[in-house]
Amino acid sequence: MTALDQQAELDIPVGRAGFWRALAHFVRRYPLGAAGAAIVLAIVLMAIFAGWITAFDPTSTSARDSLAKPGAVHLLGADFMGRDMWSRIVFGARISLAVGIGSTTLGCLLGVSAGLSSGYFGGWLDLITQRLMDMLQSLPLLVLALVMAAALGPSIQNTIIAISIPLVPTVARVIRSNTLMLREMPFVEAARAIGMSEVAIAVRHVLPNTLAPLIVLATAQLGSAILVEAALSFLGLGIPEPYPSWGRMLSESAAEYVRTAPWLVVYPGLAISLAVFGTNLLGDALRDVLDPRLRY
Amino acid sequence: MGSYLIRRLLLMVVTLFGISVIIFVLLRIVPGNIADILFDAAGMVSAAEKHKLEVELGLDQPIAIQYIHWIGNLARGDFGYTYISEQPALQEILPRIPVTAKLAGLALLFSILFGVPLGIVSAVRQNTALDYVLRVLSLSGLSLPSFWLGLLILMGFVHYLGWIPIYTEKPASLLHELLLLCIPAAAVGFRSSALVMRLTRSSMLEVLRQDYIRTARAKGVSRAMVNYDHALRNAMLPIITIIGIEAAFLVGGLIVTETVFNIPGVARFLVEAIRWRDYPVVQSLVMFIAVVVVSVNFLIDMAYAMLDPRIRYDN
Repeated sequence: MTALDQQAELDIPVGRAGFWRALAHFVRRYPLGAAGAAIVLAIVLMAIFAGWITAFDPTSTSARDSLAKPGAVHLLGADFMGRDMWSRIVFGARISLAVGIGSTTLGCLLGVSAGLSSGYFGGWLDLITQRLMDMLQSLPLLVLALVMAAALGPSIQNTIIAISIPLVPTVARVIRSNTLMLREMPFVEAARAIGMSEVAIAVRHVLPNTLAPLIVLATAQLGSAILVEAALSFLGLGIPEPYPSWGRMLSESAAEYVRTAPWLVVYPGLAISLAVFGTNLLGDALRDVLDPRLRY
Repeated sequence: MGSYLIRRLLLMVVTLFGISVIIFVLLRIVPGNIADILFDAAGMVSAAEKHKLEVELGLDQPIAIQYIHWIGNLARGDFGYTYISEQPALQEILPRIPVTAKLAGLALLFSILFGVPLGIVSAVRQNTALDYVLRVLSLSGLSLPSFWLGLLILMGFVHYLGWIPIYTEKPASLLHELLLLCIPAAAVGFRSSALVMRLTRSSMLEVLRQDYIRTARAKGVSRAMVNYDHALRNAMLPIITIIGIEAAFLVGGLIVTETVFNIPGVARFLVEAIRWRDYPVVQSLVMFIAVVVVSVNFLIDMAYAMLDPRIRYDN
């Protein structure tokens, strides 16, 4: 990509009237990203209007419908306890999004505070934060999340916390390296010259300039948070019953249902994959728009 | 190089020490101590017996002493005593290591075999239909949960072949074992090959944009020569680093895949120990994983320093 191309790219029309034009521009230039945005939007709408598009309560059991095949009554079949799969998948979107967005937000919040303070102030604070991030990063994401989830006990809040912590080092690293670059900028010196306090400069001037990489990173983290939640719940250490979690639906007896009730295995996995796929597509396009040089 | 090596080694020790403290503290947030859990499991009731158990396990001592005790034992290869099978944990872990190592090795092989060539093709043919297909494919690889992929593979086996691969019996020969392990390795490797492919692509693209590539093209070097000799050689270094880091982080995929396929490896043992709330074993196992990951990262850094003539850590 040449510098001219980038210039043209940044020339996206803004303002209220320009919104639709900007949207059309985005769709034309990033068809894959637009598809991702559509998938994410569909899942968000599904989560919001869950009650309107399902006929069954996702937690109500019925012995008669145990392992019912997909058909007119149960669109995607029913599980061993006779719970409607379509309802569970639709309501499961709420859990996945809540945990995904919750842990991404928490992880980014902690990561930004750590990265910004260590990058801007440097010194021993930087040294200690960096070592701490090294430590967190030395444990594979799922292992750390597993241990945290086991230590905290199964609940929605604890799952969010358990997933957010392993996300912190990645965010902190990126924000720190951006901050290191930004703090040498003339506008920081100017702010200091007019007598702004250091904390105010860091928050008011440096932080907003790290927003672009942060948005890209957060989108990528959202996808992996949804995946980790699914894995944790699959292993029985994430979202507890009776909440309909996509990962949980695949847990324990899944290997057995592979033979007897494949629809119980196919649909929840499809839901997870679609949600993460949409997020990743969107994230890729956002990266191209906001930060062409960021690799992850 | 020498002073860099020493500094890097010291840093490694500090990191591992920190991790050990984090894990140790983390597993003490758990409500109730090991004695309570053992107590519940055995269905005992008398308070005197419980106290005896606590003394036996050293739980009556200050937390710092307990920590030193744990690390000391771990350094001597004592992973504690697992009450899943009522044996020293090391005896459970040792025979599982080769299984997991083979699985991880195969998965890594898959990711290199597919990831690197496809990534190169994708970069060389940037913005063509082939590039789009490969990019969507690699993105889907990052989006499929590996345990679901494993389940789908099992489903294919049931549907088309009528049997399911079984891993708990002792395999007839090494070749037989490796063939069997190829199936779950593909499930783990799909994701990492997608990652390797994406990074190979972006690494290649970055090099292809360099001035010396344009110079080579301008002076009439053939396209193949430019792509595979000039560009690939320079793009290889970051790719090697990523493959190395990926090797350590395969662990996550191994945990779920060993569970799905019921493979008696280390990663599944960790999940079992967590489920049984066998925390002494969990903390030793996690520490073991951390040591492996940190050592692998260390080796990658060293390899990097040796492979790249531009990097000399002298100052």
